[in-house]
Amino acid sequence: MARLTMREAISQALWEEMERDSSVFILGEEVGVWGGTYAVTKGFYDHFGAGRVKDTPISESAIVGAAIGAAMTGLRPVAELMTINFAFSAMDHIVNQAAKLHYMFGGQFVLPLVIRTVSGGGRQLGATHSQTPDVVFAHFPGLKVVAPGTPEDAKGLLKAAIRSNDPIMFIEHATMYQVRGEVPEEDYSIPIGVSKIQRQGKDVTIVSYSKGLELSMKAAEELARDGVEAEVIDLRTLRPLDMGPVIESFKKTNRAVIVEEGWKSFGVGAEVSTRIYEDAFDYVDAPIKRVAQKEVPLPYNRNLEQMALPQVPDILAAVKEVLNG
Amino acid sequence: MGLSNEILLDMYWTMLLARRTDERAWVLHRQGKIAFHISGIGQEAAQVGAAFALQRGQDWISPYYRDLALMLAVGLTPLEFMLSVMGKKGEPSSGARQMPSHWGLRRANVLSHSAPVATQTLHASGLGLAIKLKGDKHVVLTTIGEGSTSQGEWYEAVNWAAIHKLPVIFMVENNSYAISVPQDKQMAVPSAADKACGLGLPGISVDGTDIVAVYSAMQIAVERARSGEGATVIEARAYRLTPHSSDDDDRAYRSREEVETYKKSDPIPLTQRLLLSKKIATQAQLDEMEKRAQTEIEQAVADATAAPYPSPEEALHPVYAEEVTHA
Ligand SMILES: Cc1ncc(C[n+]2csc(CCOP(=O)(O)OP(=O)(O)O)c2C)c(N)n1
Ligand SMILES: [Mg+2]
Repeated sequence: MARLTMREAISQALWEEMERDSSVFILGEEVGVWGGTYAVTKGFYDHFGAGRVKDTPISESAIVGAAIGAAMTGLRPVAELMTINFAFSAMDHIVNQAAKLHYMFGGQFVLPLVIRTVSGGGRQLGATHSQTPDVVFAHFPGLKVVAPGTPEDAKGLLKAAIRSNDPIMFIEHATMYQVRGEVPEEDYSIPIGVSKIQRQGKDVTIVSYSKGLELSMKAAEELARDGVEAEVIDLRTLRPLDMGPVIESFKKTNRAVIVEEGWKSFGVGAEVSTRIYEDAFDYVDAPIKRVAQKEVPLPYNRNLEQMALPQVPDILAAVKEVLNG
Repeated sequence: MGLSNEILLDMYWTMLLARRTDERAWVLHRQGKIAFHISGIGQEAAQVGAAFALQRGQDWISPYYRDLALMLAVGLTPLEFMLSVMGKKGEPSSGARQMPSHWGLRRANVLSHSAPVATQTLHASGLGLAIKLKGDKHVVLTTIGEGSTSQGEWYEAVNWAAIHKLPVIFMVENNSYAISVPQDKQMAVPSAADKACGLGLPGISVDGTDIVAVYSAMQIAVERARSGEGATVIEARAYRLTPHSSDDDDRAYRSREEVETYKKSDPIPLTQRLLLSKKIATQAQLDEMEKRAQTEIEQAVADATAAPYPSPEEALHPVYAEEVTHA
């Protein structure tokens, strides 16, 4: 095992896949000479050359649209969108094209496309630069949506994504690139669509992913000091959604809190809690609680932004409520 | 051309005030007092030249993030700018909800723009359409970086304005870079103004460090727009003398020698030389203006520093114009 940052883990996955398979190439704004907005592709341009590390004009629809065209010839593009906010400029290609081409061509073409992008607030970048709209993409059949919460998962899931023949939104979190964790030294990949228990517990189930996982793990530590053992489940992939470990855990704890950074309305919490009610209704001891962002565009000023984002104390309060419920 | 000495001095004053305000923001960032700054240094002549050709306060503006000098020209104050970079209460664009340099000033007919680049150009065409529908005589100025003209939105907006002869001036502030990416990786034409030809409207390229040249080109475009002849693309060529933003280190992609070379065409000393050589101002007058700018900015920084932050609850509104309860 090596202790790597999220940035290093993602970068390694890309590098190793590009070494392994010459059909993998990167395209996006500032990915080449600059090394990527979050420095993930630093050194790639010099090593792999301008042909496989393509700086594109500023046009997200061109990046995704062109990547789709290239993918249909059998290449494996990894398209980078500087932030997920700019994915909205490429929305037609993501949801009307990428998500549906395999189906609409009756399977004649596969689409081995990865769209790497960055979600999340907390860096004072304002309302159109800080969104966490991950669920929007998870709404569409035909896309896979991966959003890792640890370096180990980021590396293994990105490798699986690049090797997959389906279009994948690979969503990283803007404030997690420096997060460190153990990463296996050997070549490995992690199957897409498998949730994971990140912390064992018996009193309450906390379900989350990405940044929400970081907050949930902190909350679980604080709860442990008060003698409450939370089981923390990381969804890792929003579509396909693996409810197995969640249901299993819930049958043991009978109580759940779902944590996401995005807005609550129509969100991950809505989906996961409904599925719990559908599949484990007899085990419910208290109404399930959701922790999410306030229903406002994310403001710039730090106090305002922090007020709008979900925080550890919000999780603790929700857990308290479900335990007393 | 109609540029009196008095107006030229006023233009220079606006450029100078913008430059010193901008430089002060970089210092505040280095001191850890503000979170973010994006700079217009090197583009002041283009912006002020453009603003002064408008009926300021009447004509509409749909600007982009480097337009500090343009904003000061239409009445934003250094204090208001400092409030916005500090994220303070009373910040005029949004009460510190919007990022700094994303403007929005209703009293001066200036639209706010969003972080995704090029969206403001479509709004400009919409403003032009509305002006035509209402039979007003106003015109619209929208600005953008050269790299952002790669977006479909820019072509779509210009195409529409060209077809319907909308009263819009599409100014491209070509500062040679889009973050690290040089112009030749954004477009195959030598000038962003060349793009106009394929869309059926005039495209003019001017030296964006020459305030008189920019003003003259703008005058022609404004006249066209106001008389119903339609839209114009103007490219103002300049050079981004600073890193892209306070998050960028430009040493990774351009040499110090290159930046030094372009400092020779810094619009501030260029305009000073113009004023001196034409005897529009004396060195003593310029020195006095310099002092006045410093005093005004120091006062602005002091007042903004003393101003309160918004209270956290202010994050919760105004999401809608109407009362909406949404748990
Ligand atoms: C849709 C979208 N894609 C990417 C970005 C990130 N971005 C911000 S500024 C910028 C470069 C813009 O360059 P240019 O248009 O030349 O303007 P300049 O900053 O040089 O004035 C980029 C890529 C963005 N804000 N919006
Ligand atoms: Mg530029």
